[in-house]
Order: sequence, then C-alpha cells, then structure tokens
Amino acid sequence: MGIIRNIAASLVLLRQSSIRNNHKVIMSRRLHARRTDGVDKNVWVEFTQLAADYKAVNLGQGFPDFSPPQFVQEAFCKAISGGPQMHQYTRAFGHPPLVKSLAKFFSRIVGQDIDPLEDILVTVGAYQALFCAFQGLIDEGDEVIIIEPFFDCYQPMVVMAGGKAVYVPLRPREGSAILSSGDWVLSADELASKITPRTKAIVINTPNNPLGKVYKTEELQMIADLCIKHNLLCFSDEVYEWLTYDGAKHIKIASLPGMWERTVTVGSAGKTFSATGWKVGWAIGSGNIIKYMKTIHQNSVYHCATAAQEAVAHGFEREYQLFGTPESYFQQLPAMLHHKRKKLALCLESVGLQPIMPEGGYFMVTDISSVKVDLNDPNTKDELYDFRFVKWLVKEKGLATIPVSAFYSPEHSKEFDKYIRFCFVKVNLTFLTKVVHLKKRLPVCQSFCLRFLLTGGLHARCRRGHLEKVESERVNLPPM
Amino acid sequence: MSRHTHAKRIEGLDKNVWVAFTALAADPSVVNLGQGFPDIPPPSYVKEALAKAASVDRMNQYTRGFGHPSLVKALSQVYGKVYGRQIDPLKEILVTVGGYGSLFSAIQALVEEGDEVIIIEPFFDCYVPMVRMAGGKPVLIPLRLVSMKSGKKTITSADWFLDPDELAGKFNSKTKAIIINTPNNPIGKVFTKDELQMIADLCIKHDTLCFSDEVYEWLVYRGHQHVKIATLPGMWDRTVTIGSAGKTFSVTGWKLGWSIGPEHLMKHLQTVMQNSLYTCPTPLQEAVAQGLLLNYELMDQPECYFTSLADELEGKRDRLAAIVEEAGMTPVIPEGGYFMLDLSHMDEDEAYDYKFVKWMIKEKKLAAIPVTAFVGEESTKDFEKYIRLCFIKQDGTLDAARSILKSWTKDMQMG
Repeated sequence: MGIIRNIAASLVLLRQSSIRNNHKVIMSRRLHARRTDGVDKNVWVEFTQLAADYKAVNLGQGFPDFSPPQFVQEAFCKAISGGPQMHQYTRAFGHPPLVKSLAKFFSRIVGQDIDPLEDILVTVGAYQALFCAFQGLIDEGDEVIIIEPFFDCYQPMVVMAGGKAVYVPLRPREGSAILSSGDWVLSADELASKITPRTKAIVINTPNNPLGKVYKTEELQMIADLCIKHNLLCFSDEVYEWLTYDGAKHIKIASLPGMWERTVTVGSAGKTFSATGWKVGWAIGSGNIIKYMKTIHQNSVYHCATAAQEAVAHGFEREYQLFGTPESYFQQLPAMLHHKRKKLALCLESVGLQPIMPEGGYFMVTDISSVKVDLNDPNTKDELYDFRFVKWLVKEKGLATIPVSAFYSPEHSKEFDKYIRFCFVKVNLTFLTKVVHLKKRLPVCQSFCLRFLLTGGLHARCRRGHLEKVESERVNLPPM
Repeated sequence: MSRHTHAKRIEGLDKNVWVAFTALAADPSVVNLGQGFPDIPPPSYVKEALAKAASVDRMNQYTRGFGHPSLVKALSQVYGKVYGRQIDPLKEILVTVGGYGSLFSAIQALVEEGDEVIIIEPFFDCYVPMVRMAGGKPVLIPLRLVSMKSGKKTITSADWFLDPDELAGKFNSKTKAIIINTPNNPIGKVFTKDELQMIADLCIKHDTLCFSDEVYEWLVYRGHQHVKIATLPGMWDRTVTIGSAGKTFSVTGWKLGWSIGPEHLMKHLQTVMQNSLYTCPTPLQEAVAQGLLLNYELMDQPECYFTSLADELEGKRDRLAAIVEEAGMTPVIPEGGYFMLDLSHMDEDEAYDYKFVKWMIKEKKLAAIPVTAFVGEESTKDFEKYIRLCFIKQDGTLDAARSILKSWTKDMQMG
C-alpha cells in the first residue's frame, strides 16, 4: 500500500462551520503512518464508554473503588504544598527520591545491587514502561512470545514496534476440575516449540491478568532456562506483585540465576498503592538494557509528573521500614481483598457460574458457558459469544465486565469465548445483588446437583453428567 | 549479550542536551537560567485545585484515555473562544504528557519512512530526533538575521526571518509536514499573520500537514499578537496545534499538554496514545480544568493569568536584557517566550557554545543552554556564538545572575 501522491489539481477550501462528515478527504495522500494500522481498536475504550453510557457498575476496568492509603495521600498533599520545585520538571529518568527508594526497596527483594540512576526508569504508568521496552528493544521482524491470556496491550505494542507476536496459551491441567488459576499451566514443550532464530523476547505477567495465576518458581525456572538457552530477553509485567492470596508467593524471574542481565521488570505505583489515576510506573533491569528504554522515553514524554513521584517515594520509604509486618500496606491490601475475592466467588457459584479462583491480582475469570444463547440475528454472527454476553450484561443488568477473548490472540480467541472477567478490588459489594439476579435466567440441573447445564440444544448435560431436558427459560441475547 | 541489541529506531538518538545540562546545573550553587522552568510559584488556585482533586476518591483512579472529561470540556471552551469555532471535546482534543507528548503522538501517528518534515531552525531540540525515530527525514531551514536597519540599536527576535524562496524550495512531493513553533524557542520570535500565511499557502499548495507548537502562546509581549495558523483559511483541516498546561500555568512538573485538530487527524494521535501510555494522571487533569475555567471567565481582563503572566515576564525580560547589556553582551530581545544572548562581541576563546556553557556552569556557576542544540549540523557555524537564557525566574535569581556577570566583566577588564 504505497503513499498516494497529490496529483489532483486544486484543493477544496472548506468552510469553518462544524462538519460531521468523517469521511471527507482532505489530503489525497495517505495520512496516517503504517505503524497505526490495525492497532486502532481498543477494548477498554469501547467497554468503558459502554459502562459510562449505561451507568453500569464498572467491574470491567481494573481500578479500586476506594482511595489510596492515607500515608500516600498525605505524602501527595505534602508534595503539592511543597516548594515550587515540586511543580517543575524533575530528573527525566525518574525523580531522585523515587529512584533511590525503589532501588533500596527492590535490591533487597531481587538480591541485586540496583543502581538507582542506571537500572531504573520511571514511566507514566507501567503501560509506558512496556511501551519503552517494545519500542527500544523490538525491531522489524523480531518475534515476541506472548503467553495467553495476556493483558491486551502487549499485542498492539509488538505490532507497532514492527514485531511479530507468537502465542502460547496457558491450558487447564488435564483431568482436574478447573477451580483455581494454579490449574492453568504452560507446557514446556509447547513453549520451546515456539522459539525460532527470530525470537527476541518473551513477555510474562505474574500475577497474571486476567486469570490471576501466580507462577511458581519451577514454572519461572522453566521459562528462564529457555531464555538463557536461546539468549532471549524477558519482559516481566509484575504490576500485581503485592496481591497474592492463599499463601501464594510472588517470585521475580529476574532473581533467578542468569536472568538479571536479560530481564526488564515492570511495576506500578497505581496497583501498588491503589492509585491508578496517578500513572506512575517503572522498569527495573540491567543498565545495559534500560539505557535503550531511556532513549525512547527521552524522545516521547521525557519527564513524568514530579509531585506524584515524590509521594510514591515516601510510600516506598514507609513500606521499606514496615516490610513483612502487619502494618505494611503490602500485607493489609491482599488480606482485605482476600475476603472480597471469596465473596464474589461464592456469589457467582450460587448462580451457577464457574469462577476460576485467582491466586493473585485484581480479577476473577468466570466460565459463562452454562448460559444458553439463541443466535438468531445474522448481524451479530461475527461477534464472539463473550463480547455479546458482556454487552447484554451491561445493558440489561447494569454490570460492566470484560470479555476474556479480548485477552487472546485472533487465532485462539474462539476457543476461549466463554469467559468473562470481573474486577473484585471493590469495598462496595452491593453489585453482588445484581449478580444474584442472574439466577432467574439460568437453567438449573433438575437433579439438584447445583451444577448448571453446559451445552447442547434441548438436551443438556451438567458437569456431573446428569442429562436433562432443558425446561427453564433460555436466555436470548438481543441483536447487537 | 550481542543479540540484545536495541531497535534500529533509536540509532543515534541517545544524546540529549537536557539530560546532559540538567545534571550539570543540578548543583544548587549554580544559578540556573538554562532549562525552561520557573522558579516562581504557580498560581495558588491551581495548587489548591490539585489538593482538592486528590482528596476525591474517584480522582485517584483512571480517567478517560484521551482526556479527562472536565479537562477536554474546559479546553474546548477556552480554545473555542480563541479559535472562533466549535471544538469537539471528545473528537478534536487529545490530552498528552506535556506538549512533548503531543509532539510525539502527532509525529508517530502521521510521519513514517519516506516522509520529509520541514523544521525551522533554531528548533526545540526534540523535533529532529522525534522525526527520525518515526523514520522520517528532517529538512532544515534557518531563520536568518536580516541586516539591521540604520539607527536601530537593539536586535529583537523580529529581526529573524524565513526567506520565502528558500522555504518554498524545501517543499516537494515527499514533504509530509512542517513543524512551526510560535512563539519560538529559543529566539522568541512571534510569527506574524503574513509570515504564517506564507507558510499556509505552501502547505495548501503542496498538500502538507502542519504541526504547530504553541506552548508559549500566552507569553507574548506588548505590541505583538499570537496568531494561530490553524485559523487561516484551509488550515484547520491539516493542522495539529499543541498547547501546554506546564507553560500556561507555570507547572512544568505536571507534564500535561494537549493537541487540538480535526477528527480525521486526531483519531490517529488517539491510536498512538492508547498504545503508548493510555491515559494521563487524573487529579492533575482535574486541577488544570479548574484553572482553565477560572481564567476563561477572566479572559481579556488583566487578572487573567494568561495576561498577568505575560506582563510579569515582560518586566523580567527587560530586567535581564539590562543586566546582560551592562555586562557588555548583546541580547536578542524576544517578542514572546524566551531569551537569546549574542556573544559575538565578547573577546572569548573561539569556544563552541557547548564548551562555553559547560565552562560557564563550572567556572562561573551560571547555567544557560547552548543554541546549537537547536540547530542542525550545517547551521552550527551560524549559531555557535549564541547561548539561551531563561528569565521566568524570581527576581532574586536574576539578581544573582547579575552579580556573576558583573564580576565576570570586571575580571575581563582587569585581565
């Protein structure tokens, strides 16, 4: 597709009145750069708008409905009323107090002497850290392995950098009922088979969004072995590192032997301190790799906001002192969310949905395959089941969630279109009543095994294997 | 680690004048007239608005990706009045991480391999690396100091012009865009309507886009008027105009800016935004919205910060000009924005401005920025005798600079 040159005679002069026509051709040449091709769709933009339009309870996007802890809020207020320098540019690669406290804090955990100036880059959220990693290190034709389900931005970021995404799915372990995110595993053979001479990096996310899987040491070691064997880079998205439940332990792949020099670890103040709107994140890694990300940073945003960085620095100072004690926010937050998580799971089970208990993170994925659908309308044939279900749930029940197939590659999304994702980082659980109301619309196994009917036309089979003729009302999704 | 090479797009882009010079000037004993940020406090109502926003739960969480609703509405109001047209807050505005972020989004969205981008020297230094990172080819054209009319004593930024024929010669079928900056950094030139019309005519003739960096739009001094190229006929549909909360409200550390333009261009900037950092900080956007609304009510009145800041800075401009002249140097008086100093009358070593500034910071504890940071290699010879001084500083800071320059000239006279 080449760039069309202007050979036309004269340009139409346009009137300054407001124009609604989106398809007006202003320039006869191609306008946008090719790097923006195919990356214009975005599930968040679409679904946040939908939630807003229907004034739905937003359990889709991952943000808390409570405020950041008092100590960081106070630190932020203090910074705001601080000297004029708090409102002016700070050091481009990270406010000195922040990189110092991050270096101090994480050196202890990673077991590495982290240099605050060389090994850390502060970014506008973890999102921008990922962007700098892909832009700085991925070239045209490089392959990047992404483990599915994945936080949706990885794929367009790889594409925008000219790279090629290669997918490896987490799969439910053979035999067992899929009750926990720990039951979803990566096959070493399958992963190894995806590596080619063009593979540059692998992206991992632990705790995983959306499943909530917390990778164990053995699992990370398996990935590390392959990284070392094939000399790959590892981008490790660990924004939910402090949110693990049921004794699951977060392990940093960068702390495994041979991994520090090849890993970029991404973190988030937004998720750490329940302040997603502050958009402060960071990348930590060997200076040899971070330096390339710095070049992208200095040619894209250059600095991050000063006052918020100052506040986050204080947050980490405090947590460094209180690490491991009950007063630590990193203990208190997961303890609080542990219960919310349990409540949501029970509620979903009570209406016959099958939640996958997350070992970590903000989210719970639920199997919705027990809900029957009549695919009447040919217009909606192209949309995946979970997308349609989520839209119905927003419009009819005022509940906004996210369809999980959005976290899968185009090639695998059809296999995983029967799951939706809930964010449970909410103190206000009144939305659970809306979930309970779903019960009326779902068919129950007449053998009262409390398992819901899964598949098939008039004859359905529940998880326990009871064969039933479907008596109760089917759910009809309206045309989209 | 030989395979861990960087992506080609950053080849040769690692050097950055700010990274180098801010480190040098960070020494607290140095009087910093280098980097462009105020050491005067921002208006109290913006700080208060930020404190207030931060106390609201929802304001500490994600907001709309392309711009916090209250902010884009306020921008639409303020600029709707300035442009004299209705601006759609959702489709024609994008909030970014500073004016810098807007430049990045525009260039990434609309420039690629094979495109040429015309850049006027001296230019804010990021334009060239950003164009190169997008695969584009920068085509440079210098502003030229036209010989002084007889009887005229002071040089001003108005004495620097673009040669119309030279400019026309830079446009060809590959020219995708031209970047203009008015008021200009570092010279301080405020392009007149006629000059902008000349550029606009070429844009229309060659079907070129225009990226107009107007971050200093409110800092225009008496006798001059800021003109938006996007308001000229035929230009709205091909122009992305960039603004900055940091420069508007003296809060450079908030890193909020915006792009305004037609939907068919802005949608591509939005695509870049959603794939690079997704959203800007919420409480800061809320506070800027409040600041804009407050000043919208006061527009055209002296209490309006957009006017009062310019008045305050004009005084500082004149003060620094006097200080510098006293020291035997020749300032280039800016019509807007910032300052430039002419060194060519000083009998110094034949030092390049970089060497000079580094020496000046080290030996004289006075920081400035070398002007060749703002030009391409070919123009180095024409600009190496200039350094840039920032005067958006407390009077105390300017006085400190004065002391340094005074003792310096005394040394020279004695030596």
